[in-house]
Amino acid sequence: MRKRLVASVIGLMAVLMFSALARAQENRQPGAVYDADIKGQKSAPAPKRDISGIWESAKGPGDAVQANGAKAMPSDGKADHALPFTPAGETEFKAHKPGFGVTAVPSAFINDPVDICDPQGFPRIVLHNFRTSQIVQTAKSVLILYEFNKKWRTIWTDGRELPKDMDTTEPRWWGYSVGNWVDDYTFVAESFGFNDKTWLDNAGRPHSDALKVEERYHRVDGDHLEMTITIEDPKMYTKPWVALDKLPLRLQSPSFDIREMECSPSETAEYNKEFSNPASGVGK
Amino acid sequence: MRCKLLAVFAVAIGLLVVSVPLAAHHGSSNFDMGKKLTLKGTVTDWFWANPHCFLKFDVKDDSGNVVHWVAETSNPPDMVNRGWSRQSLKPGDQVTVTVEPVKNGSPLGRVLQVVLPNGQTLGTGGAAPGTAAGPKPGDYSKQ
Repeated sequence: MRKRLVASVIGLMAVLMFSALARAQENRQPGAVYDADIKGQKSAPAPKRDISGIWESAKGPGDAVQANGAKAMPSDGKADHALPFTPAGETEFKAHKPGFGVTAVPSAFINDPVDICDPQGFPRIVLHNFRTSQIVQTAKSVLILYEFNKKWRTIWTDGRELPKDMDTTEPRWWGYSVGNWVDDYTFVAESFGFNDKTWLDNAGRPHSDALKVEERYHRVDGDHLEMTITIEDPKMYTKPWVALDKLPLRLQSPSFDIREMECSPSETAEYNKEFSNPASGVGK
Repeated sequence: MRCKLLAVFAVAIGLLVVSVPLAAHHGSSNFDMGKKLTLKGTVTDWFWANPHCFLKFDVKDDSGNVVHWVAETSNPPDMVNRGWSRQSLKPGDQVTVTVEPVKNGSPLGRVLQVVLPNGQTLGTGGAAPGTAAGPKPGDYSKQ
């Protein structure tokens, strides 16, 4: 009797723990199967100079949504998550009215640019709603395709330098990116040349046009990649800080269906009319 | 006794693993966190779109007046991961909806779970610890 109970409990635990993954498997489109880490399963060794593939957060699809701001430094009021703002950074942060974090406001009063479907830009694409992403390596570049709002970026690997002078270059929502291999398993990219129209994350952290971002991809083994994002912006922050610290990603099947998550102004307007405005006490 | 403790522990761990935080972009400050209302009503619309899906349903109050409710969920990809689809609900469906209502008393809220006409339960995850945290195995809507 006791053995049966233990066996039932173990069975129930297994079913509960894998039901989320099984559910995801059964509900993905045909040909797309979500691969999750399985305890005890050993991965093949890391291939050299290869970060290509379709990647999902190793801890599950929701792990890198980062609703409360950059995962390594969420906006939760804790002392060790306080950002090193300059006075200008503090002022800019207070001008942002996000839906999440310690400075959150009711939905109708949010002034987040993405709420009207402005591009979230880089690095916000990896600091808010980082979801299934595909990395493609070409002869002269690394391309990254992002599920969230169907965006993509180019990281040039042809030896070009970043623009030094903002006067000769139009600033971009997504910046300019160059990268290279620092060893056979680590690819590092630097980005510069951003406009100042985006937020860094979903909690409204600011950046200026002086922003520089370092992305570090470390291929751990055949199935795993770690992503680290470091922010440097002397106008807004007194020192660099790490926004994502070795976020673990797991390789997916090449036939994995990257879902569509478009920001539609018309659908957003419908949502605001039916829900967001009345919920905030603003007329329909 | 030890086996009973193991059973409770295992189920608790399982529920924690299954629950996924809501990715609602528009924040939690509208909602009366932790409060729950369970309402029986008739679906009038199921809006499957970004940034949030939302369910519109009519509920008769004690006096027989019809109250028009609107309750949001997360976005379509999150909902698919939880077993929902565009076909999960249609106008005319008799449903029981559990919501976390908004603070200002309007008939608005966040869906916690829906019991469909066939008795199937669809959950939204992100619920408080100890409550049902998402669909159970086998609760898949057909696509």
